[in-house]
Amino acid sequence: MADNLARVREEGVVHTPPRGVKAPAADAAVQGRLRGDKAFLGGVLAVSLLAVLPLVLILAFIIVRGASSINWQFLTELPRPMGEAGGGISNAIVGTIILIAVASVISIPLGILAGIFLSESGKSGLGRLTRLSVETLMGVPSIVIGIVAYVWVVRTTGHFSALSGGVALSMIMLPVITLSTEETLLMIPESLREAALALGVSYPRTVLRVILPAGASGVITGALLGVARAAGETAPLLFTSFGSPYMEYNILKPMASLPQTIFFYATSPYPEWQSLAWGASFVLLVLVLALNLVTKLVTSRWKIQF
Amino acid sequence: MEDPVLTAEEVILETRALTAGFDGKDVVLGVSLAVPRQRVTAIMGPSGCGKTTFMRCINRMHELNVNARVSGEVLLDGENVYRINPILLRRRIGMVFQRPNPFPTMSIYDNVVAGYTLNGARMDRAERDQIVEETLRRVTLWDEVKDALYRRGTFLSGGQQQRLCIARALAMKPEVLLLDEPTSALDPKATAAIEELIVSLKGTVTIVQVTHNIPQAARISDYTAFIHLGELVEFGPTNRLFTVPKDKRTEEYLSGKFG
Repeated sequence: MADNLARVREEGVVHTPPRGVKAPAADAAVQGRLRGDKAFLGGVLAVSLLAVLPLVLILAFIIVRGASSINWQFLTELPRPMGEAGGGISNAIVGTIILIAVASVISIPLGILAGIFLSESGKSGLGRLTRLSVETLMGVPSIVIGIVAYVWVVRTTGHFSALSGGVALSMIMLPVITLSTEETLLMIPESLREAALALGVSYPRTVLRVILPAGASGVITGALLGVARAAGETAPLLFTSFGSPYMEYNILKPMASLPQTIFFYATSPYPEWQSLAWGASFVLLVLVLALNLVTKLVTSRWKIQF
Repeated sequence: MEDPVLTAEEVILETRALTAGFDGKDVVLGVSLAVPRQRVTAIMGPSGCGKTTFMRCINRMHELNVNARVSGEVLLDGENVYRINPILLRRRIGMVFQRPNPFPTMSIYDNVVAGYTLNGARMDRAERDQIVEETLRRVTLWDEVKDALYRRGTFLSGGQQQRLCIARALAMKPEVLLLDEPTSALDPKATAAIEELIVSLKGTVTIVQVTHNIPQAARISDYTAFIHLGELVEFGPTNRLFTVPKDKRTEEYLSGKFG
């Protein structure tokens, strides 16, 4: 018993004595500290639960309201005119996938290259300027990005299009990917770069074939987080991809998307449409959660030991 | 006792008044040294004396530091290395570092041929297999890893990883192999294995090894250079330098008075 108490003092760990064994009589000061320990632990637990609560509530609410409208028809059919029951959101699902594909094609290569630049020469003048710009872009409200995409693409081409929506989303994804790539690559030990250079490997090949693969898990995580973030954006799509009641595959035409469908149906006065909005929310939520889950898997599975 | 003079034939690598350092602070001061071909040359000296910087000038790794500076000449077979493209130079002068640093994304097999594959060399499977087996046998790692060639190199023990790194450098068939305290991060048993390996490589490749382990320099090297505070104090055959040092500082260093 005495050594148990000694361990408590030494390691700061509370060892519960086996059942039926009386806890050693500790002096008042130790007991006070033990009570303090428990109170702190309790407080931390309570606050963590509080942080989880909103997510649980949102999930529960959307599952209860949304899952009931999910069926094969909902996923594969087009929306029907107002007043008519049934119909689906297949065009919005396809639209969101196309929009994200367009945004990814633009932002993933750019973001990774910019991240490489920042990690390689982030201390140069151009590096500092780049980091400042990327961090500022991260903070620009998404509706402002939407307006910029409107002026750049919609006004130039003369009509709303999925392309303009993809450009807007790519500006939202770009800083996420750039900064997470930089952060990952900065953690790659210098010894790895030296190993490659000492073998007579050129600098570009060292960066692209040694350093980038070593940071692959972090880079992919950044790209997936960027996609997850862009998937839920509504504001920049309002006046870029605009929305469409038809199944559209042409990226030069207006296109439906999940967040916009939710916005449109949820604000409508028809109960049929409102339940479609819940269903669409459910689909979007599943999509984003799945992306986050894949991200976690990628990070844990592909983790490279140095 | 006079040291035998190295003929021009016997010298593969020569530095002339090599001075190098960082941002106005030179750590290597006018070192002139001739390294004999296919022998082991140890460069010893107390920590911070500039021996690693000296070595990194030979394969031009030193200049990778932004504020590095270097003057003087380094001659490889009579050719100034500062006139050779560093990428080509480093294929002729291999290097192994203090801490084993196999490529973590690659298997043992891929690590051995990394010098070729990363440079985009096209080789057929049989050729690669042959280089891998031959090189791993040379570093006495083959029997230990032949059943695990496709596992990650980082799963090996520290000593095995270091032998893998030596294999990776040797696979490029370099003329000179630079070893920067290759055993300082290893336990005595792994150290003994590396020392044995270095001795076994004599006669096939020129080895320049930096060490601050005096007995190690005595055990494995044919020639020893003693560098102190950036200056070359003494250079000569290891046997002679350890038994009859000419410079008082060498004698003091060897008897443990400083360093």
